Amino acid sequence: MTITTTAPANRAALLVLADGRFPAGGHAHSGGAEAAVAAGRLYDATSLEAFCRGRLDTAGLVAAALAAAAAAGVDPLLLDEAADARTPSPALRATARKLGRQMMRAARACWPSPVLDALAAARPRGAHQPVVLGVTASAAGLGPLDAAHAAAYEAVSGPATAAVRLLSLDPFDATAVLARLAPDLDRVAQQAVDSARLALDSDVDALPAASAPLLEIAAERHAAWPVRLFAS
Amino acid sequence: MHLDHPETYPQRYSHPSPATALSGKHPAPTSSSAPTVRPDGTRRALRIGLGGPVGSGKTATVAAICRQLRDELSIAVVTNDIYTREDAEFLLRNAVLPAERITAVETGACPHTAIRDDISANLEAVEDLEETVGPLDLVLVESGGDNLTATFSKGLVDAQIFVIDVAGGDKIPRKGGPGVSTADLLVVNKTDLAPLVGADLGVMARDARTQRGELPVAFTSLTEPDGIAPVIGWVRERLAGWTAAAA
Amino acid sequence: MDRGGRMTAVVPTRATAPASGVRAAARIVAAPDGRGGTALPVLDGAGPLALRRTRAVAPGTAQVTVVGAMSAPLGGDHLSLDTRVRTGARLAVGSAAATVSLPGRCGRSATYDVRLTVDSDAELCWLPEPLIAAAGSDLAMTTRVDLAEGARLVLREELVLGRAGERPGRLVSRLTVRLDGRALLDQGLALGPGAPGWSGPAVLDRYRAVGQLLVVEPRFRDRPCQVAVLPSDPAEGEAMLTPLAGPAALVTALAEDALMVRRLLDAGRQAAAAAAG
Ligand SMILES: Nc1nc2c(ncn2[C@@H]2O[C@H](COP(=O)(O)OP(=O)(O)OP(=O)(O)O)[C@@H](O)[C@H]2O)c(=O)[nH]1
Ligand SMILES: [Mg+2]
Repeated sequence: MTITTTAPANRAALLVLADGRFPAGGHAHSGGAEAAVAAGRLYDATSLEAFCRGRLDTAGLVAAALAAAAAAGVDPLLLDEAADARTPSPALRATARKLGRQMMRAARACWPSPVLDALAAARPRGAHQPVVLGVTASAAGLGPLDAAHAAAYEAVSGPATAAVRLLSLDPFDATAVLARLAPDLDRVAQQAVDSARLALDSDVDALPAASAPLLEIAAERHAAWPVRLFAS
Repeated sequence: MHLDHPETYPQRYSHPSPATALSGKHPAPTSSSAPTVRPDGTRRALRIGLGGPVGSGKTATVAAICRQLRDELSIAVVTNDIYTREDAEFLLRNAVLPAERITAVETGACPHTAIRDDISANLEAVEDLEETVGPLDLVLVESGGDNLTATFSKGLVDAQIFVIDVAGGDKIPRKGGPGVSTADLLVVNKTDLAPLVGADLGVMARDARTQRGELPVAFTSLTEPDGIAPVIGWVRERLAGWTAAAA
Repeated sequence: MDRGGRMTAVVPTRATAPASGVRAAARIVAAPDGRGGTALPVLDGAGPLALRRTRAVAPGTAQVTVVGAMSAPLGGDHLSLDTRVRTGARLAVGSAAATVSLPGRCGRSATYDVRLTVDSDAELCWLPEPLIAAAGSDLAMTTRVDLAEGARLVLREELVLGRAGERPGRLVSRLTVRLDGRALLDQGLALGPGAPGWSGPAVLDRYRAVGQLLVVEPRFRDRPCQVAVLPSDPAEGEAMLTPLAGPAALVTALAEDALMVRRLLDAGRQAAAAAAG
């Protein structure tokens, strides 16, 4: 089986799905930025860029690959298990499921589909968000590369938006960081699709498992804070 | 836009013309677009949102409602603090409701987003409460303190209360904004402080009427015994309407 | 471990190393010896991976030490170590010194593949010394673990970027653990020159040593360990103990150097052991 990587006709659906205002709960999550700010590791546009680069090639790549594989038709429940195995932090696993459930709600309202219904029924407390994103993409008539782009972009746009709020960072600087990352986003999305193609022919071990130990440890610290702005 | 949705909820107030609705002067009351039945077919709880500026008395109002009604109704609360889980903890500390009936939702520094633009986390919290503590009659959703433009989405609540206080000055109703002019109930709280801050309740009542037409306004002082009474009366009316619609 | 001391024993240049690199596959099989102990029906060293049966630390457990006969892996080398622990056997594997990944003469990358299979009611303690990526080196290390239901495992992996005061080499690692065929843990790291973002605030920041210690223990199924961020001075390192989605606990540690990573992993292992009861 092969994966089509050319742009599908309904590319505009990708804009709806990847819109920061898509009501799937992302606005309340900082992608680890709040914890990194508190640890003094994220403090300006330069450190934001370094943070985003690291996140993109770890959590972002994994999310993009899971999303691409789900969009390509790999069993979402196996992908959900693969996502668990790639997420040692229980706080991050819980966050991913919570966001997956929220995305599922938005997805079913926007692109009703039996595939979404089936996943919702199998994982009523939520599947990992990238898996839901991938299934949503296919319900919206999008392809694996679109799903990968959406997941990869989300991996960096979340922290960038949060950094603007947390650090009163100049929003032009933060957005310029995202613009500079664009070629890397394309590369990561393509890498994700290539691995999804392998996973379709073999198993989920073919998907990347790039980890970011600091994101994981910081997420557990953050989850224990009594006072915080962002849910993660 | 709510004008695009035909609404069947029983209303005491007539629909405004599109022009006045857009100006926000004489609005249609909230009526949720969220499904009104649970997965098992029974009618879900009435959902009431409480919004308003920081410190106006939203949590105090929630606490007072719970104390008054908890013996006759099954109630749960969702809080949306802008910064902390303070509101949830206040309610817990004061033993207003048992812990399992209170859920806190984080809002990522944007309280209005969580109650209006992206309500998914709040919906999840409400549904989880319905699922874990059994059938509920009333769910109160307290927004994080915000500005005068913050209102609840119809996808989240069936009715909304906007709480302001006299300490903010008697100009607030005159300023209007979606909260003051469109909420199903405007609560002007801390009337006990009016003499101290030189606020004229008569002026506030008049301005509120100009902004809100026939929509109700309640003046409360929660430091006084039974100061919550006017709000309780309104809540009971909404509950009666909600139950009647089910029949 | 001692970065400058014991390690040097395996670092001297390999006089006989071919320019094209070495291909070597070592194998260990552990099985019950029928007297309550563990026998080693297969103990085949290969190339730079020499294997010795050493004095057992725990009764009933066979102890094997990987002795670095030559400095390895060098660029261009392809090493593999395949270990199987049969039902009822208990095996502990360690190494005599740190493994140092060094640049080869041909400038090519090296691979080191470890494959561990643990049958039901068998136990494996896989506790090698750290892997150090010396300046200019380029190694891809994969560890693939297949556990049967009811298998027990303690596995430690420590990666160090550069010898003391040295620039880091390139190191790509992947640890994949399956339990009864299902994904339990999958962790990859791409570190050093050319790896995007690895030294940034999301991945290692200024830390140059990273470790994980995995404990798979059937008892965790009913009683998972609690999350614990281990107390440490962030100037030296940080670590956490977390329950995985299966019957396992993982300690993740980051630190300035291998010594501190080891300290944190040991502390986490103790906490996990206490949780397992
Ligand atoms: N004098 C007086 N004080 C009141 C009254 N109602 C509330 N307060 C006090 O006003 C303060 C703020 O009340 P809260 O209920 O916490 O206000 P809130 O709107 O929930 O505040 P945020 O959630 O932080 O936006 C508290 O100290 C209350 O005790 C009232 O009617 N009179
Ligand atoms: Mg409050």
